[in-house]
Amino acid sequence: MQFRTLQDIVRLCEERQCSIAELMIVEQVKETGVSREQVVEQMTSYYEVMKEAVHRGIHEDTVSRSSLTGGDARRVYDYLNGGETAAGSHSTRAMSYALAVSEVNASMGRIIATPTAGSCGIIPGVFVSTQERFSWSDEQMVLGLFAAGAIGYVIANNSSISGAEGGCQAEVGSAIGMAAGAVVELRDGTPQQAMHAVGLALKNTLGLICDPVAGLVEIPCIVRNGLGAVNALAAADMALAGVRSAIPSDEVVDVMLQVGRTMPSEHRETARGGLAQTPTGRKITEELRRRRENQGS
Amino acid sequence: MRFKNVFNIIGPSMVGPSSSHTAGAARLGRAARQLLGELPEHADIILYGSFAETYWGHGTDLALVGGLLDYSTDDPRLPDAAEIADEQGMTIQFEKGSGNYPHPNFVRLRLKCGEQQAELAGASIGGGNIEIHELNGFDVKGSGQYPTLVVEHMDSKGVLADITRTLSEGELNIGFMDVDRKSRSGEAMTLIELDGIPSAAVLKQIEALTHVTRAVVIDLD
Repeated sequence: MQFRTLQDIVRLCEERQCSIAELMIVEQVKETGVSREQVVEQMTSYYEVMKEAVHRGIHEDTVSRSSLTGGDARRVYDYLNGGETAAGSHSTRAMSYALAVSEVNASMGRIIATPTAGSCGIIPGVFVSTQERFSWSDEQMVLGLFAAGAIGYVIANNSSISGAEGGCQAEVGSAIGMAAGAVVELRDGTPQQAMHAVGLALKNTLGLICDPVAGLVEIPCIVRNGLGAVNALAAADMALAGVRSAIPSDEVVDVMLQVGRTMPSEHRETARGGLAQTPTGRKITEELRRRRENQGS
Repeated sequence: MRFKNVFNIIGPSMVGPSSSHTAGAARLGRAARQLLGELPEHADIILYGSFAETYWGHGTDLALVGGLLDYSTDDPRLPDAAEIADEQGMTIQFEKGSGNYPHPNFVRLRLKCGEQQAELAGASIGGGNIEIHELNGFDVKGSGQYPTLVVEHMDSKGVLADITRTLSEGELNIGFMDVDRKSRSGEAMTLIELDGIPSAAVLKQIEALTHVTRAVVIDLD
């Protein structure tokens, strides 16, 4: 790839007079030797999976194997259809869709890791809800996914997208930044504005720990996906309004890595700290262990 | 750069809930099955570290068995893999491993079908990516990211030259290779990651080479 930093993306887009999505597609074709048609086709098939997951999570009962979670997406969706919501209907819709995909994931349904399975709800939640709202075509949404991918590529290589390495900020935080930047581009913002959105979003999740109860991608992961979708929309709006990330977004990405490195291992996906070790978190873990032993599996 | 392209970030397409504990596990199971070359009659699966502690809630067990059925990471049958394997007459024994292991998500699979046996040890390193550590007792490393040719042969002068020449004549480019032998002039294995999938004809030519005992392809895409 010709870019390593978010600022490289802005510079190359300005030089080539192209969108972030176009830059990502051209660089992907160069890197892999796979044709443009095939690259776009693969991303299109991924967007189909995302839409299916939203639909399933909203319209079917999803219960996780542990039976700890499920049904929250439908709760929020029904609440949304019952009248005015506190966050406004658009944000609430994005939230319900993000919860839907995360619940499908927890129930062993099919999803796209964006960038991971633990954070797989945020991008579909934001994308599918904004597509409905602004009547964007699937082609536009697929371009949006390439823009999100370019941002994620920089974060993953300069910082981390793994909860075990960098805590939840690396998974949910990265997904929020990717979604926020992509929405800016879809709303005709400039690449520079998109990168500000990334910085603004990441600042809000810096330090977020990965503390899954019983080590499962359920509590609190699913709820964080729902709230993450709302944050992504908010960060996109800030950037589109002209708010800049006073700390350059690349520096925010770098500091996310430093914060992740100084996080104790208890807070990096080991379930040895945080919510996993609250009295209730421990009780749930113990109950699951007992149930499993009784099942003899 | 640890992540090479956009589909390492958006992707893989997978059955949940965890890219490391589910998608990676499915790929490890599938690699073992392809090493065996057919549906196993029996599998011993030994789980280590986080795999052993949290496999149940992540469906790691189902994903591994799905892999043994040759399912991809996004095959909708993965959650039902245990029942399907049972229907197909496969018996599976899960165990918790003890002793040292090189990665928090580590598994060893021992497969049997008639006289044929296969053994794979490997790790799930995140985002659905895997690392092969050991095949049939040979210390060979592989990523599973490319079509992988596994050749069992005798340690002898010119064998590798014969294999690579055959691949070159088959228009196949080598990206990575690893060789291990049990003893000088004894049994050996070569793992070769390729940019393309070897045809049945190329595989046959390699198996026909002097000193080569067996050649199989592991292709996880």
